[in-house]
Amino acid sequence: MSETAVQEKEPLLAFGKNEQKLLSDPLNDNNPITVQVLGICSALAVTSLVVPSVVMSIAVVFVCAFSSLFTSLLRNYIPKQVRMIVQLVIIASLVTVVELTLQFLNYPIYKQLSVYIGLIITNCIVMGRLEAFAMANKPWRSFLDGVGNGLGYGAILIMVALIRELFGKGSLFAGSGIEMKIIGASTDYFINTQTNTWFAWYSNNNLMVLPAAAMFIIGIFIWIQRSYNTKLVDIS
Amino acid sequence: MNTTRYVLVFVLALTAIVAVLLTSLREATKVQAQLNEEIFEKRAILKAVQDHLGENVEVDNLSDDEVLNIFNSSVEQKVLDMDGSEVDGMAAEDVDMAKEKKKPEEDRVLPLFIYSPEGSADNFYIVSVRGNGLWDEIWGNIAFESDLNTITGATFDHKGETPGLGAEIKDNPTFAKNFKGTKIYKDGAYVSVEVKKGGAQDETHQVDGISGATVTADGVSEMLYRGIKYYEPYFEKARSK
Repeated sequence: MSETAVQEKEPLLAFGKNEQKLLSDPLNDNNPITVQVLGICSALAVTSLVVPSVVMSIAVVFVCAFSSLFTSLLRNYIPKQVRMIVQLVIIASLVTVVELTLQFLNYPIYKQLSVYIGLIITNCIVMGRLEAFAMANKPWRSFLDGVGNGLGYGAILIMVALIRELFGKGSLFAGSGIEMKIIGASTDYFINTQTNTWFAWYSNNNLMVLPAAAMFIIGIFIWIQRSYNTKLVDIS
Repeated sequence: MNTTRYVLVFVLALTAIVAVLLTSLREATKVQAQLNEEIFEKRAILKAVQDHLGENVEVDNLSDDEVLNIFNSSVEQKVLDMDGSEVDGMAAEDVDMAKEKKKPEEDRVLPLFIYSPEGSADNFYIVSVRGNGLWDEIWGNIAFESDLNTITGATFDHKGETPGLGAEIKDNPTFAKNFKGTKIYKDGAYVSVEVKKGGAQDETHQVDGISGATVTADGVSEMLYRGIKYYEPYFEKARSK
């Protein structure tokens, strides 16, 4: 009976200060990429274009949120000996749901991303949150924690992709309906380097299209974040 | 600690539930997903004859139904064996190039699409080729004019080439456009079309390469040389008719 009493005090879908913190923390103080340095593999691989990064971010938010929810719902029943396998089954099922949905809704994007969608299963952020949070917290809070971490991951992914696509390809949102051709050597581009005398020297940076560029950009993000958020600096 | 029996029951039950849910989802979306894949591939084939679809017709702007309509009304499908004879009872769209590539050369079958625009006597022959890029497989559809020598359009795709470098074979429309007007025979001998690093010198048999993507470009050259050669026996027969 004591459990029902607790629930009456705290509504099932409460959204107070603590819950807001679950969403906002991963965006800054506890960002999965720049602070915990998790999920780097896919952050380097998919961020050469913006559109795949956006789709990837949505997929990770979905998988992270619902695997946290389901794990938290089952947390008192999951046998401790096989908990990681069980978490993996939940994550893998949700990733399969994402794959099937993409095949159904937008086949070209599925083609473009297929390998990386599958690799969400191995994204350390998802399993990390299940182990560290969902196994010990109530469903609603776990769900919010999953959404927050997915968003923290997605925000970095999209920022990196914006920089890489602009300087690597001279465009933004290539492959979507709102493709913007910003700078390049043809009349299709907003700044045509063939005719514009100010930008005649400009050419795309080929390093930007390689995964190594994402490493440098994320490194710079970490630097910037730590220079204004001094509590993240490890002085030991 | 849970008993072994509890662990077993829990894992089996979880697996069973997940299996049922995923299978149902797959079954519910299967028809549409397969149709999406079919349209995706047919679009790539029509893109090779983009210049003959009619004025102001862009394959990318066609609706799914329009793509299927053009295919039903104006595209004849043939499947060829390596001797250039037609294989009965198969449609070209059912040929899985990825599977064919794994077979020994002499056992492969080749898809051929013949596009005949309405109200025109011209036939355009679209062949499929498949090869290796830098990281993974690359493939393409090449359209020929009725002389079976002049290329009138091409499309390329890839599995995992580097975006901005090798992936430009698909993403940069200029690359495929450069193939238009090139010829695969030089003085009666088969030479195919080569992607030339540093720019094409002989514009009838070479196209410009992509800077930073030499390996992918060489892969395209090799794929075209070998892939189009497979169709030669059929081309000979068709030409002598």
